[in-house]
Amino acid sequence: MGKFNKSGKREVPEMSTTSMPDIVFAILFFFMVTTTMRSETLLVKVTVPHASEVQKLEKKSLVTYINIGPPADVKLGTGTQMQLNDRFAQVGEIQDYIAQEKASMNEADQPLMTVSIKADEDTRMQYITDVKQALRQAYALKISYSARKGEN
Amino acid sequence: MAKTKRKVPPLNGSSMADISFLLLIFFLLVSNMDVDSGLARRLPPPPQTEDQTSVDVQRRNLFIVLVNARNETMAANQHATEWYANEAELRGEVGGKVALKDRIKEFVLNTSNSADLPELEEQDFDAPIGVVPVTASHVVSIQNDATTSYKAYIAVQNEVVRAYNELREEGAKKYFNTSYGELTEMQQKQIQDLYPQRISEAEPKNYGGQ
Repeated sequence: MGKFNKSGKREVPEMSTTSMPDIVFAILFFFMVTTTMRSETLLVKVTVPHASEVQKLEKKSLVTYINIGPPADVKLGTGTQMQLNDRFAQVGEIQDYIAQEKASMNEADQPLMTVSIKADEDTRMQYITDVKQALRQAYALKISYSARKGEN
Repeated sequence: MAKTKRKVPPLNGSSMADISFLLLIFFLLVSNMDVDSGLARRLPPPPQTEDQTSVDVQRRNLFIVLVNARNETMAANQHATEWYANEAELRGEVGGKVALKDRIKEFVLNTSNSADLPELEEQDFDAPIGVVPVTASHVVSIQNDATTSYKAYIAVQNEVVRAYNELREEGAKKYFNTSYGELTEMQQKQIQDLYPQRISEAEPKNYGGQ
């Protein structure tokens, strides 16, 4: 049949790349939706301990972070420091911090507020206990000891 | 003015890909995917008056887990007291001691209705669990010293949570014939009511100082 003759030069048509931006945009939107911006720079060195029974903290907007560990800048010594927002703070400032974070939240979400304690594994419990007592006083009763999944 | 039809040249879209790639790479760099995870706990509300700080618990209902300044763990109830020198012993991997989680499970269940373990109360948990005896007033009290390391404390917390998780898993297997993770929210609530996490994080005590 003449329809299928193989005479004549065949040329591979050039590939159309017009859909490439669409694909890249799709990936871009995926990343924009699934990720969160790095909100703060850590002033303290935190190596959170390992634990096998961890639960994921859902709803990032409800979580407030408290970072505890030795300062990242070695000039500041090796004593345990606490970081609230972008600066060092004392345990006594927790109540104000919690109140401020609570106020910036939706009223319906306020009882659901979770405080994630990200503490270095070498921290003394005395410090953690003080923080816990301060959180109790501030009525931030839902806490989470931040830990990585896995056995040691 | 001469009205001539001007031809608008078609916009070249080939550089759009470059621009969007640039955006993509920017977001890849500034964002972090990892979701924070941890051991969730609920703190008791602050004491209103001086005499409210302590609650009387019957000795048999109390399981004390104490992590001392040398990061050793003491696990004591009325039945027995056990010392664990390190985390591996805590998990029962070395040393031949009964793992902490197994002791807590035995304590919470009290299948033998022993007088040294928490008292059993019959409670109704709806179908298909029905009326079963549970140790409704047991308390696992985790205590620590001022100089206990956070790592050791979390290791102990983890073992306690693991004991409860295993109990719930076994409960789900027994009553719903499936794993805990596959239950509906209602069924999970039932299992949680059956094995509530009754963990107390006591006020700090300075054991070494006295």
